[in-house]
Amino acid sequence: MGGYILKRLVSAIPVLFGITIIVFLIMSLIPGDPATAILGSYATPENVEKLNRDLGLDKPMVQRYFIWLGNMLQGDFGRSFSLNRPVLDEVLERFNATLILAGTAFVLCSVLGILAGVVSAARQYGLADKLITFVVLIGISVPSFFLGMMMILAFAVNLRWLPVSGMYAIYGGGDLPDLLRHLVMPALALAAVATGVVARLSRSAMLEVLRQDYIRTARAKGVPERRVILGHALRAAMVSIIPVLGIQAGFVLSGAVYIEIVFQWPGVGRMLVDAILKRDLLLVQGGVVFVAACYVMFNIAVDVAQSLLDPRIKT
Amino acid sequence: MTLLKWTRRGVMAAAAGALLSLGALPTPVTAQTPPGVLIVGQIAEPKSLDPAAVTAVNDFRILVNVYEGLTRYKSGTLEVEPALATSWDISEDGTEYTFTLRDGVSFHDGTPLNAEAVKFNFDRMLDENHPYHDTGPFPLSFFFGAVEKTEVVDEMTVKFTLNAPYAPFLSNLAYPTGLLVSPEAVKAHGKEFGRNPVGTGPFKFAEWRSNEAVVIERNDGYWGDKAGTQAVVFRPITDANTRVAEMLAGGIDLMVEVPPTSLGQFQGDGFSIAEQAGPHVWFLILNAKEGPFADKRVRQAANYAINKQAIVNDVLEGTATVAAGPTPPAFAWAYNEALDPYPYDPEKAKALIAEAGAEGAELTFYVTEGGSGMLDPVPMGTAIQADLQAVGFDVKIETYEWNTFLGEVNPGLEGKADMAEMAWMTNDPDTLPYLALRSEAWPDKGGFNSGYYSNPEVDKLLEEARVATDQARRAELYKQMQTIVQDDAPWVFVANWKQNAVTNDRVENFGLEPSFLLHLQGVVKN
Repeated sequence: MGGYILKRLVSAIPVLFGITIIVFLIMSLIPGDPATAILGSYATPENVEKLNRDLGLDKPMVQRYFIWLGNMLQGDFGRSFSLNRPVLDEVLERFNATLILAGTAFVLCSVLGILAGVVSAARQYGLADKLITFVVLIGISVPSFFLGMMMILAFAVNLRWLPVSGMYAIYGGGDLPDLLRHLVMPALALAAVATGVVARLSRSAMLEVLRQDYIRTARAKGVPERRVILGHALRAAMVSIIPVLGIQAGFVLSGAVYIEIVFQWPGVGRMLVDAILKRDLLLVQGGVVFVAACYVMFNIAVDVAQSLLDPRIKT
Repeated sequence: MTLLKWTRRGVMAAAAGALLSLGALPTPVTAQTPPGVLIVGQIAEPKSLDPAAVTAVNDFRILVNVYEGLTRYKSGTLEVEPALATSWDISEDGTEYTFTLRDGVSFHDGTPLNAEAVKFNFDRMLDENHPYHDTGPFPLSFFFGAVEKTEVVDEMTVKFTLNAPYAPFLSNLAYPTGLLVSPEAVKAHGKEFGRNPVGTGPFKFAEWRSNEAVVIERNDGYWGDKAGTQAVVFRPITDANTRVAEMLAGGIDLMVEVPPTSLGQFQGDGFSIAEQAGPHVWFLILNAKEGPFADKRVRQAANYAINKQAIVNDVLEGTATVAAGPTPPAFAWAYNEALDPYPYDPEKAKALIAEAGAEGAELTFYVTEGGSGMLDPVPMGTAIQADLQAVGFDVKIETYEWNTFLGEVNPGLEGKADMAEMAWMTNDPDTLPYLALRSEAWPDKGGFNSGYYSNPEVDKLLEEARVATDQARRAELYKQMQTIVQDDAPWVFVANWKQNAVTNDRVENFGLEPSFLLHLQGVVKN
């Protein structure tokens, strides 16, 4: 197992190198440069040239890539010019906020999705199954940002139960209850689609397992139904559910962008969108590399978990 | 069966729990923003709070409350009046400006305001060998590009020498790029000064929580009238719908740049809407070098064909007025009152097009998705397209993201497009026409005349107005320029934006300034 993990970690290195090249190329090749973005209407060729020189962007592309890579390997991600602070400080702070949001949404979608899927499968074509299917299809079909806006309108503007946006109250906040109040709506809105997907797939995975001979045997032996479902069936179904959860984790992380914008959550997705619009090269590059590295690590963790659950997967 | 029962129980327990927790919530949430603290919904996180380093109106809104310049705009106008300088002398030839500084003023960190401090500020921005020049870059330093040197005459007198007479100098000093920072604070914080700002203004910086809030507090040692609130909190809320929701829910007391379609929600009791026309003009650049718009009659026809009143009323919901010429009316002293906008007259447009033989011409029209001062560019572009189709043109729209758009338009439209959307906000009537209408401002010469308009008479008027130090004389020259430019129609003059803001009923004494700057010194929050 140790060897397997090491092998996977080593194989991640070329992937990360590839990502640095791709993100650097994309940011260098998209039209518009940082100086134009900063100067706006005042971007005369003369001003643009001077500012690009001040920003160190007048060097050839290849040279700039290696300077960036070299600095990054030493832990220096550079300085964001649109926020005037070190890239790494900003990315870590923002990533933390995204983790809180996406992590909560991920737990919500896993627990609720699997629960809904199991209930649906256990009562196939029953009232509970139909009701759950109906709700789940709505969850899958409504775009998360729209759901978010509707929630704001209902629970923040009209009922005034919850704050509209942000992560903490401006005054008298900063503690855990304050964070939770701010977290409820964005986490639910973000989890909605993923919950639906997990529920649908858990249902079919469960149904497949429930048709197996050993389930019939278990029932014939007189094992209580609850144990048949949670003990025998769900455990076997988890093998096909876990990879789906892995994929959903990715969706939740990337879907967080919309939710972060609607709810003004200070996460890394919103940071990247702003940074791209402002052509903040170092912030985009550093942010993407950091997120990609986390994503790769997460995938390795999912694979390892799967191989632990299913001995048929060779390590 | 057991499973379902268990689930039902679970659902009921969860629902009860949720209700209980929500029931407990309303108390803290509806506890509104505290009295004496004004919470402002901004459109973005500021880049920096170093006035020399920023370019965005969004950041200026914070800066003008913390810093002051040698001059400032007189309230309600775009005319210059004394601020940290009490008076000034301009040499006969218009190249030497000598300022007398206000006595007894000090920065928030105790550093005295004197001639040395002023010299430090301008040298830092303009002199590449200055020890603190590396606290930049200073993208708008060209506002003071004419300054050759800054000298300390005595403790409270400072002299600027310009390389040529430059009339907008005084109003550029009032622009946020000319706000004065504490030299000692720059020395102490270096590159981090932008996050530790120190000025002389009615508020002093308290804290900056990234992506959450910038807090400024009343400066009790201020030399003028003390601020009416104890503190102001600037919250960045980039999404306009969320900003509106925060305003409706009471999370902020004041919001700027209300989307036109949301204004209706604030019409009732409990809110008031402020509006102020500013130095903004929204226009279409026409390619006067080639294609149908090389003919003046076709350019005039475009001005007649487009129903600007409908754009202003229906697309922009009354948040703008119809523009008559290249200079916005907010520059009251330089604006030619005699000009009337081109009326909406499609028949006249058709006649002019027929006269020029340009019927059915194909036009390529560059539209942007959004950008500084561009208002609602896609719906506006579509409305314009429809109006031009109605008089027989075949208009093809090409839409670009803002930075890409600037990259296409600024180098000139030749060989690519016949027309492009554009908008400018400036601080002096000189800026826009000088950079975008002179023959010497064609893109290949480093200007913004992307439509290649050229009229020697206009060139002469603009050159002369720039060096005239007498304001009455300058006004006369600008007025003549406007008459000629309106008739030549190098642009379609579309709209002048009225900036808006909404406050709730706990806010008093709030008003917007034509400079688009947000002075909050006099505002009271109950």
